[in-house]
Amino acid sequence: MIRFQVNGKPASVDADPSTPLLWALRDNLDMTGTKFSCGMALCGACTVHLDGQPIRSCSTPISAVAGKNITTIEGVNADRIGKAVQDAWVVNDVAQCGYCQSGQVMSATALLKRTKKPTDAEIDAAMAGNLCRCGTYTRVRAAIKAAATAIA
Amino acid sequence: MFIEKMLSSNIQSLDAAIDGIALGSAANASRRSFIKMSVGGAAGIAIVPGVALAQGSTAAAPKPGQKPTEQPAAFITIAKDGTTTILCNRMDMGQGIETALAMICAEELDADWSKVNTAFGNQRGNYVDPAMGMHLTGGSNSIKNSYTQYRELGARTRAMLIAAAAKEWKLDATALTAANGVVSGGGKRLGYGQLFDAALKESVPESVVLKDPKSFKIIGKPTSLKVSKEKATGSQKYGIDVKLPGMLTAVVLRPPVFGGKLKSMDASAALKVKGVRAVLPVDLDRGAKGVAVIADGYWPAKLGRDAIKLEWDNAGVAKADNTALLAQYRELAKTAGLQAPGDQYKADLSALANAPKKLSAEFVFPYLNHAQMEPLACTVDLKANACSVYTASQMPGVDAAAIAKATGLSPDQVNIHVQMAGGGFGRRAVPTSEYVIEATNVAKAYAATGKRAPIKVVHSREDDVKAGYYRPFTLHRAEIGYDNEGKIVAWDHKIVSQSILKGSPFEAFLVKAGVDGTTTEGMREPYSIPMQLSVHHPQINVPVLWWRSVGSTHTAFVMETLLDEIAAASNKDPVTYRMGLLADDARGKRHKETLQLAVEKSGYGKKQLASGMHWGVAMHESFESVVAFIVEAGVKDGKPVIGAVTASLHCNFCVNPRTVETQIQGSALMALATTQENHAITLKDGVVQQSNFHDFPMPRITDMPNIAVHIVPSNDPPKGVGEPGLPPFAPALANALRRATGKPLREMPFKLA
Ligand code: FES
Ligand code: FES
Repeated sequence: MIRFQVNGKPASVDADPSTPLLWALRDNLDMTGTKFSCGMALCGACTVHLDGQPIRSCSTPISAVAGKNITTIEGVNADRIGKAVQDAWVVNDVAQCGYCQSGQVMSATALLKRTKKPTDAEIDAAMAGNLCRCGTYTRVRAAIKAAATAIA
Repeated sequence: MFIEKMLSSNIQSLDAAIDGIALGSAANASRRSFIKMSVGGAAGIAIVPGVALAQGSTAAAPKPGQKPTEQPAAFITIAKDGTTTILCNRMDMGQGIETALAMICAEELDADWSKVNTAFGNQRGNYVDPAMGMHLTGGSNSIKNSYTQYRELGARTRAMLIAAAAKEWKLDATALTAANGVVSGGGKRLGYGQLFDAALKESVPESVVLKDPKSFKIIGKPTSLKVSKEKATGSQKYGIDVKLPGMLTAVVLRPPVFGGKLKSMDASAALKVKGVRAVLPVDLDRGAKGVAVIADGYWPAKLGRDAIKLEWDNAGVAKADNTALLAQYRELAKTAGLQAPGDQYKADLSALANAPKKLSAEFVFPYLNHAQMEPLACTVDLKANACSVYTASQMPGVDAAAIAKATGLSPDQVNIHVQMAGGGFGRRAVPTSEYVIEATNVAKAYAATGKRAPIKVVHSREDDVKAGYYRPFTLHRAEIGYDNEGKIVAWDHKIVSQSILKGSPFEAFLVKAGVDGTTTEGMREPYSIPMQLSVHHPQINVPVLWWRSVGSTHTAFVMETLLDEIAAASNKDPVTYRMGLLADDARGKRHKETLQLAVEKSGYGKKQLASGMHWGVAMHESFESVVAFIVEAGVKDGKPVIGAVTASLHCNFCVNPRTVETQIQGSALMALATTQENHAITLKDGVVQQSNFHDFPMPRITDMPNIAVHIVPSNDPPKGVGEPGLPPFAPALANALRRATGKPLREMPFKLA
């Protein structure tokens, strides 16, 4: 049994310690907001925060998160910045299919928590690992800027 | 083009073809349950018995207002508090159709838009495309074929709500009005929610008067997706998120060569993995045999699969190989193939030999994976006398018929719950129902062990990349003769490409004289050029499929880069040159308006570009919408640099400018991907060489050009936009890069070095 916190609540998972956090969240804890796409830390769809840092949950075994705090897309609105990012995502009509957007929102939130007013280069650096096949990148950038203004 | 071809074709054959799939082994399914219905003068086919059951009638054509696709009760529910749910008869994969159809319906319903939400219908008779007669999301058809349907659904419901209020208040219906979700008149008011139950008891009006578009409040206004918040907060459920009580998860071990068979297996280590329930041989697509690992969740299933030791039997299975394919296709292109049907492809080539100038060109396009971000997933709950399937399918009617055949159930015992899709691009519209039947076979294999559970089959990214159903590997060969003014005197053209539709239920409609229309679509038109076109369709052991914009993924590139080269070689401006090739008819006018808008908005020919940057122009019509791109680009350190991009679009009347803009931008990015290094599927000794995003890479935020989208104003009946934005982007970019380097690009992905 491996124990950790998810969105401020205790969680315990009875699974092989090698199980990626992604599958513990999706299959054991029924939290499907975090998405599976590549399983190899190549696309960012599965991004969550580990003690505030963005990580790829598909490539992070649950053994590595024992006792730690995980924030997922379902809980990121508890944070002022996370809420501002989600609001900006809606106002800017970012999503198309939406499948990559949990990961985009989590990466964007982590960026704004580090850097209140990111430059385009800082947005590029923070978001280049989040793939979007639908091509929402222009609005991802716009929404990050809108959220930055909202939290300023 | 898909729908026109279908409708103009022999409808009997679709009936027969679909009966074939539907009835194949469901021998006791009743032929009577397949009824024909008349659709606005053109015939459509209902492929599911739901139609017959809902109507309780026989083959007599129902009157307007009585068809299953016209029944308000099947599409609209209004709760007491006014919450209005509008069902979508399509699958949504990011194109925003659930919002667009709701807008169209809510407009005529005079609903309170803030109280509208959306849901999906199943594959049955109410939710078939009214022109196609089947639930199909593809061919950029949704708005085109359901615009009037959803307006009428809204208007009929509004009339029924008014009739119910008139009865309640004992007033004449003509004295009442409805607006913003409220019926009022005679000093009284009632919300739609209060009236809805009574309204459903009213008869459905046969004819309704639709609004003058000038008074539209919702249609035509930039509108956010109804599920925008769900998609930003992780609460939107997709097919891969389905969870049913007692559900198990399976992954499938497929042969590395298409059609290979399991020879021997040692599953002992796999069965020891905690959470693995069963390891079972399963029948797969194309006669292959593989192994399903069924477990409590994805991860144990995957660990189990990794632990299987097995041998494959590839006897009698052809092993495709890119090197050999290229040689074979080149050889084929030296000879005339099957004559493409249509007078526009039968030009006299006698002027070619003595033409003042000549251009000879070969183009090569690779196999392409759709790479939708949500890997394929399909949940099957197979019971003794029913099968419920949960998946994001673009053709649930075809899939349901195939499931009926595979399970021996009757089609009305199969129910497909259409899910939101994390992208699709054609991959979820498989004429063979490959991934749905695979999941059904897994459920069958598990049931054969004496146990039953709903089972979700999940593809890993590697499974998805390697599973086949690619945009076909395609080679074009052009021999063009033109004069000193750039006038083309003869154009001899050959295409070598696998047929997507031969052997499928769609063959009868889209394959003519042996030539697959999805291979040739986009050639020559709308330019008046003397072209002779023939096609070779080699049979290769690689499954192929439509991929966003289908044939136009390659034909637009060939046409628009060759014309641009001829213009340049003739010292003609590429815009003027194209304009000169367009006829003065309605089609030519639409093209001219589109190109002209892009010229005006981009500053083409006026604006001074930075040194090293060049203009690139291209235009293409697909699925009845015309799109032009004007791209500013150059080459730096051997890599393309893209500046401002201007797109213009003629889709007739535009229902939701917000999603239309995103479709054009997204299509352009998907086209950009096809030009980028390593974006190709290749095979070696029968085995697909790519597996994930490291070797089949995708554009990132740093690659996204700034794309301004402009829409030509029009009040003509709306056409689709899910695909037409893709074809002209890559040739526009290639044309700019050719100006920068002096060398034409004739291979995808681009090789600039
Ligand atoms: S699923 Fe984790 S990075 Fe792609
Ligand atoms: S919105 Fe579809 S993949 Fe990003």
